[in-house]
Amino acid sequence: MSLLEIKNLTAKLADEDKQILNGLNLTVEKGQVAAIMGPNGSGKSTLSYVLAGREDYEVTDGEALLDGENILELSPDERAAKGLFLAFQYPIEIPGVGQMTFLKAAVNAQRRKNGLDDMPTPEFMKLVNGRAKELGISPDMLRRSVNVGFSGGEKKRNEILQMALLQPKLAILDETDSGLDIDALKIVADGVNAMRSPDRGFVVITHYQRLLDYIKPDVVHVLSAGRIIKTGGPDLALELEAKGYADIVGKAA
Amino acid sequence: MPAVQETVEQVRAIDIDQYKYGFSTDIEMELAPKGLSEDIVRYISARKNEPAWMLEWRLDAYRRWLTMREPDWARVDYPQIDFQDMYYYAAPKSNAAPKSLDEIDPAILETYKKLGIPLREQEILAGVAPENRIAVDAVFDSVSVVTTFKEELKKSGVIFSSISEALHEHPELVKKYIGSVVPTTDNYYATLNAAVFSDGSFVYIPPGVRCPMELSTYFRINEQKTGQFERTLIIADKGSYVSYLEGCTAPMRDENQLHAAVVELIAHDDAEIKYSTVQNWYPGDSQGKGGIYNFVTKRGDCRGARSKISWTQVETGSAITWKYPSCILRGDDSQGEFYSIAVSNGAQQVDSGTKMIHLGKNTRSRIISKGISAGRSQNTYRGLVSAHRRATNAKNFTNCDSLLIGNACGAHTVPYIESKTASAVFEHEATTSKVSEDQMFYCMQRGLTQEEAIALIVNGFVKDVLQQLPMEFMVEAQKLIAISLEGSVG
Ligand SMILES: Nc1ncnc2c1ncn2[C@@H]1O[C@H](COP(=O)(O)OP(=O)(O)O)[C@@H](O)[C@H]1O
Ligand SMILES: [Mg+2]
Repeated sequence: MSLLEIKNLTAKLADEDKQILNGLNLTVEKGQVAAIMGPNGSGKSTLSYVLAGREDYEVTDGEALLDGENILELSPDERAAKGLFLAFQYPIEIPGVGQMTFLKAAVNAQRRKNGLDDMPTPEFMKLVNGRAKELGISPDMLRRSVNVGFSGGEKKRNEILQMALLQPKLAILDETDSGLDIDALKIVADGVNAMRSPDRGFVVITHYQRLLDYIKPDVVHVLSAGRIIKTGGPDLALELEAKGYADIVGKAA
Repeated sequence: MPAVQETVEQVRAIDIDQYKYGFSTDIEMELAPKGLSEDIVRYISARKNEPAWMLEWRLDAYRRWLTMREPDWARVDYPQIDFQDMYYYAAPKSNAAPKSLDEIDPAILETYKKLGIPLREQEILAGVAPENRIAVDAVFDSVSVVTTFKEELKKSGVIFSSISEALHEHPELVKKYIGSVVPTTDNYYATLNAAVFSDGSFVYIPPGVRCPMELSTYFRINEQKTGQFERTLIIADKGSYVSYLEGCTAPMRDENQLHAAVVELIAHDDAEIKYSTVQNWYPGDSQGKGGIYNFVTKRGDCRGARSKISWTQVETGSAITWKYPSCILRGDDSQGEFYSIAVSNGAQQVDSGTKMIHLGKNTRSRIISKGISAGRSQNTYRGLVSAHRRATNAKNFTNCDSLLIGNACGAHTVPYIESKTASAVFEHEATTSKVSEDQMFYCMQRGLTQEEAIALIVNGFVKDVLQQLPMEFMVEAQKLIAISLEGSVG
């Protein structure tokens, strides 16, 4: 069984007549890293939001199976507890809510939904401190409010920290590379690579080959106007980098 | 009030229409005849065997009240109150003058137990370390039914009793201080209270004494069609310290019930009073039917030099809240503080804030107000900071934040500033923000339910104020806030 199977997914803005996803098909296997590339405005972020259950979008057709189960009827938190994680293109600030409080609330909320007890605080602290260190996240950052006053790069690293703590089955990274300098990019890529495993899948949304130099994809999909229009191996990314989207998008149209 | 954790847990799943403390106790009551007149004032005074001067004081207030008009400047809206259509005195019959817990009607003890407030000292002692003990004055409708740990407190010279009892045992103290902070002429509801107040708590801390335990009063309205008019008087003599907490609940009823209390605090030289309130009167249902009208006058007088009064309030209940706990900074170098969390949901209306009146030199005040509005509620912060000509170097810092949940509620900030001295420094900060869909989605994507996400975001918003509460109540207040906001989204 595939980890993620999206069939004919069609979605529009909930309160407008604008259709964004137009019968999208995509399969991600366990252990796979799938890159999604595509022009601005083609629907990449929308795809990740629809999978995660954001209410701004209405699914009008199709289905999305995670481990064989259609998740489109579930609430966002239920999808999260089933192992779906989204690293946001623009992580959200929550003033007044300490990072540790937030991370602990998230870890324990998912554990509870999966029938586990809360993680004991000492164990949790050890886990966070360990992962934070690997990702170059300072103790000071862990004391601040969630994403408040973080630089673009710090926010992205913080997303990867959350992914590392939550250990999802399927992680969607939405332009995690944008806004990162080369050192930060390496740290993030190392964080992702360390989590690659035979039962985990990644969907890496990016514009740039640069990230894919560090996180080697198994497949590359091209998304345009709300559909996957081309699928290929790692070379496809290099080809896009060299020629741009115009050529391939033009051919598909 | 010990942790009512377990019971609170049980109500986590309910919505705003299912107020936790909404049960009523079936008990035989003695009621004054319905309505308000000089005779009723005399009746109340007679029931309590009051000295003649107290009755005169009440009658004076009553006559004054007849000439006054209900204030209409607050941003609250309610039908005219019929002052003749309620009872002004309701006392459990069996409870004329209980000397000890054994004489108290078991139904009342059971009520407080259900509310999470055991009154039997043995029961309290069993579960709580000495430093965490709390003495409780339990006020049931119009009368105080019991005050715990009185004897133990007496050892350090602390007087903690009902105000009725204090009138008999320490008339000179009551006479000296009552009405000295909130005069009988003060305002419509305070004047009404002066005429008909039935009970409340009295605290006196002698010079140099640090009160050995937390004091608290737990107010319970039970009888229907009854107003509750309690009066609390706390005096901290020179160099003393006391921390006091007030809690309140009422049954769910379709009618509106009036609660018009007066609280007076007096801090002498170098004394400190910390007064915390967790107000959880029945708020009415989500359609705005029923609920308590909470029209309260609370004022502290920093009478002595270097004295300090600090108000902390967590307001989650009542259909309408009209209250402005204030500080008169009379003594030089005195300090006033006001920390407030006011949560409104459903059809609740809150108009609350504070007054910091700087009269002495080098007086300082600090106001931190966090208003949270959800549902169709309206939440107003109204505050006054003023400096008298003598109040050189007066300093105030005000921070007033509003958080909106949903699109149908309102938040309003009405700050007044008056300064008659050029050396005063007043700072004011205010923000209004919304719990955004982005924040909700972000939290839920990480696995939090909608309710957990709201609670997390709101707790972050109110953290600075929650930290001002005594430790034992912080967690409880946090949960109370979460419960009050259930059903606020979606
Ligand atoms: N919440 C929204 N409101 C209005 N337009 C939206 C919204 N979300 C997406 N869109 C529109 O849908 C299209 C796809 O957007 P998006 O998924 O963000 O593209 P990408 O991530 O590929 O750049 C764009 O035209 C964008 O403006
Ligand atoms: Mg995007």
